[in-house]
Amino acid sequence: MSLPQDLHYSNDHEWVKLEGDVATVGITDYAQNSLGDIVFVELPKVGTVFGQGDNVGVIESVKAVSDLFTPVAGRVSEVNTALDADSSILNREPYTDGWLFKMKDVGEEQLESLLDAAAYAKLTAE
Amino acid sequence: MTAETLKRTALHDEHLKLGGRLVPFGGFEMPVQYAGILKEHDAVRNRAGLFDLSHMGQFILEGENVAAWADRLTINAVETMKPLQARYNIFCNAAGGAHDDVIFYKLDGRWLLVVNASNADKMWKLLNAHVGDSGVKLTSLHGKNALIAIQGPKALAMLQPHVDIDLNAVKYYFCAEATVYGKNAVLARTGYTGEDGFELFVDGADAPEIWTALLRDHVADGLEPCGLGARDVLRLEAGMPLYGHEMTEEITPVQAGLNWALKLGKPAFTGKEALAAQVEADTFPRIAGLVMNGRVPAREGYKVFLGDREVGEIRSGSMAPSCGGKNIATALVEKDAATLGAELEVEIRGARHAATVTAQPFYKRPK
Repeated sequence: MSLPQDLHYSNDHEWVKLEGDVATVGITDYAQNSLGDIVFVELPKVGTVFGQGDNVGVIESVKAVSDLFTPVAGRVSEVNTALDADSSILNREPYTDGWLFKMKDVGEEQLESLLDAAAYAKLTAE
Repeated sequence: MTAETLKRTALHDEHLKLGGRLVPFGGFEMPVQYAGILKEHDAVRNRAGLFDLSHMGQFILEGENVAAWADRLTINAVETMKPLQARYNIFCNAAGGAHDDVIFYKLDGRWLLVVNASNADKMWKLLNAHVGDSGVKLTSLHGKNALIAIQGPKALAMLQPHVDIDLNAVKYYFCAEATVYGKNAVLARTGYTGEDGFELFVDGADAPEIWTALLRDHVADGLEPCGLGARDVLRLEAGMPLYGHEMTEEITPVQAGLNWALKLGKPAFTGKEALAAQVEADTFPRIAGLVMNGRVPAREGYKVFLGDREVGEIRSGSMAPSCGGKNIATALVEKDAATLGAELEVEIRGARHAATVTAQPFYKRPK
């Protein structure tokens, strides 16, 4: 299972990459593998403000509907519209082309409550 | 149900070796998928897939009166079955609801009855409660015998070298007693995928050898181990009802659109009056096939609307790879909402999504 060392992770299996005050959010390789073939992604509306841990959308596999949570608080500045046409990108490239949404106004202090790669690896090994 | 109480099929170790993802189903730990549902679905539609269906209930029925006895408990005809024929049938309650949908196989000197895993205990009790002085002898092979299905356009060609009969001579919904890799088996040309294929009823002790040999010999031809996830998508596309979804103790076979299996010309059988009255009145809510116009999948339990009126609910739903990736569903809806071409709406997370009532099956295999 691949796990980039430079990202931050949530207990709900999302990853966060912070650049300035913009956080890019996706789901982990572990998450996509657990979900199976992903057939539909419902992402939040650009401009919406969410708190950390809020339910912002859903990810649907062939078999099941799973809630999507945001690991950071902020305002949605962009969503990955490529997933509308082909949600299987999420299965193939969860850390790159399969990113989900970007949040603006994210302070660095928000990363403190998240896990580093080592801690996330431990979580998913249990 | 806790993990300790789940039963395992004879192929449990094989599923683990293949990386199968095991989930509780019908009291057994069963593989929901191996490589992935879409890959497995593709194998069955274009090559062949191998399924472990050993969780299904297998009962042996013996005695002179089996057919007449079974005809009083089921809605389809049993007595008229030919030797080595298989026939879909339904056991109903007095109100016409379904106890289970099953297949009878008329073997030499005995009958094989295959019931749903989730209903196996209920059906075993029900059958025994009706034995009375009929002279029918019941034997349960549930959990002892295994069932391996090989399904897909290449299933016959893959299986043929390993059996001692001509598989082309076994017609659709017929069976034969033969050997597979030298092991005794009932080979039936039945399945639940909408493709050609065979179901192999074998001794649990022989199942691992047959399973591993088929994969060893035909993985190169595209044979893929398939789980219950792919099976559910395949059956939904093929318009085949699943007990607990399109049919239940409350939803009758007539509501499920299975009138072809209802033989009202038979003498008395359980549920006959209720089903005849339902057919006559024709006012009942019924199962309709839906194709979602958009990309959001409909799921079991979602409410269905015709205009502002709530007319029913989704019973099964999935993305359908064989229907161009559209989302298909079945819904139990009021009569006027079940008309072909009717434009309905499905409520999904608070928003309405358009759907069109479409004829089933959604998918038919090319001839």
